[in-house]
Amino acid sequence: MLNQLTITDLCETLDKKEASARETVEACLKQIENVDGRIHAFISYDGQNALAQADEADRMLREGATRSEKPLLGVPIAIKDAIAVKGHPLNCGSKILGSYVSPYDATVIERLKSAGAIVFGRANMDEFAMGSSTENSAFGVSRNPWDMGRTPGGSSGGSAAAVAADECLASLGSDTGGSVRQPAAFCGCVGLKPSYGRISRFGLVAYASSLDQIGPLTKTVRDAAIVSRVISGWDRRDSTSVPENVPDYSASLTGDIRGMRVGLAREYMIDGLDPEINAAIRTASEELRKLGAEIVEVSLPHTEFAVAAYYIIATAEASANLARFDGIRYGLRVDGKDPIELYSKTRGAGFGSEVKRRIILGTYVLSSGYYDAYYLRAQKARTLIRQDFLNAFEKVDAILTPTAPTAAFKIGEKSGDPLQMYLSDIFTLSCNLAGICGISLPCGFTRDPKLPIGLQLLGKPFGESAILRIAHAYEQSTDWHREKPPECLHLPN
Amino acid sequence: MAAVDLDVRYVAHLARIELTDAEVLEFDSQLGGILSYIGKLKELNVDSVEPMAHAVPRVNVTRSDEVQSSLTNEEALLNAPAKSNGLFSVPKIVE
Repeated sequence: MLNQLTITDLCETLDKKEASARETVEACLKQIENVDGRIHAFISYDGQNALAQADEADRMLREGATRSEKPLLGVPIAIKDAIAVKGHPLNCGSKILGSYVSPYDATVIERLKSAGAIVFGRANMDEFAMGSSTENSAFGVSRNPWDMGRTPGGSSGGSAAAVAADECLASLGSDTGGSVRQPAAFCGCVGLKPSYGRISRFGLVAYASSLDQIGPLTKTVRDAAIVSRVISGWDRRDSTSVPENVPDYSASLTGDIRGMRVGLAREYMIDGLDPEINAAIRTASEELRKLGAEIVEVSLPHTEFAVAAYYIIATAEASANLARFDGIRYGLRVDGKDPIELYSKTRGAGFGSEVKRRIILGTYVLSSGYYDAYYLRAQKARTLIRQDFLNAFEKVDAILTPTAPTAAFKIGEKSGDPLQMYLSDIFTLSCNLAGICGISLPCGFTRDPKLPIGLQLLGKPFGESAILRIAHAYEQSTDWHREKPPECLHLPN
Repeated sequence: MAAVDLDVRYVAHLARIELTDAEVLEFDSQLGGILSYIGKLKELNVDSVEPMAHAVPRVNVTRSDEVQSSLTNEEALLNAPAKSNGLFSVPKIVE
């Protein structure tokens, strides 16, 4: 079925005229109809709009558009509800945006559209990307396609679940502390967090501006390379985007990793690591060795301070960024007798618990008398964490770690205990603090219940080509990425 | 590092968030736990370490001083909760 294809295979099918973009969108819509009542990957979607985009793609295909001009022509891609698509709703998983409709396209959306992609759907997420399970969405939780009683991870949980359940060919998410990679691991797909500055954040609702990056969720490493290439690059509208050349990532997928050096960090083999995940990572490192990579032990000595530093820096930045949601220019407004009361009532009614908690924490760590003890100290810890990585990358091309310490947890299992939820991001958030790149891809399953396990490869700043190359070689030598969640497969047509 | 003496209601006021009594109680205990975990950073020797605000610091990023298109008045007001005469309506600020 067309919705189950990878981007690479769909493009070939479309180019040979064996199927149309319209049929592809119809297959995705049919799958959404069949499974999304249970999975709830989407907050909303506009099928008619997607079909109209498909017809336009079919017209261009008939007129002989080429893949070099339009690498994603006819490919349906779902979008996290944090990224602006002109004329489409945007809620960021929150009530506070009311019936907001984006007046412009994010830069990544402009680039997807000019590459011919069919941009559709608002993928569910934790409110303002704050969470690791999508349980913090004001629109209800998303469910893991492998086990409906479990979370798909978060915050880009809807984006990951939609890809894993074949409701779309690929999706965009955003990653501030692991929000692309952790749900990719939980749902058994590929998720890339590019280096800070690689992709424009213009049109991405800001959570923590020095950590946020947009990234693709896909079915294969090659697909992640294709989508990343399209959406990467300097943008005058994001002053933090970096004028670095974007390599042709697909060209680096040679399958040959002989002589490449992959580090295993001893600090990542923690007590709370699930033994089945530990075993899967050991087996994966052995596989990489068989493929010709050299496995080297490395040390990242400041790892244990990453969670603390992250929750100071991210919440501090969030407290400033979310000040704009005040009931004046857009979204919800709850009236008050003066502007201060209007702001307080609006924000009290519009934000969910986790968002309030983080804004309060962020306001506190920045407040007079506490700034040096918390915020400044966290910024210094951040320097040490980045330095750890730069030192390690003198010796290795990439670092191999688990993506998360456990497989997908149950809905409700951690929602009452914010600190436990934060600790589930322990392996992913250093990457954001250091501004480096990272990818998660499938490397096995737990036995009972059968749940996907993700491995993470961390790479040098602007070293996406190297981690994609290693990830691709590993993927080609294993079959994990071919497995589909059984509950989403055998359904009436 | 300072003692954990977070007054939830006061900080929420600084952040302009109205909380219910139940929320104050809940956040007080949760944030106490989170702050004591964050206190871990006290163990770290950060003498002579430069703080890092950004992974890829870029300074004075400017563009050429040319008029560029932006949202129209209508587009800017598209999502306004209250508007009149092409402006956002707000409660009275000065008597």
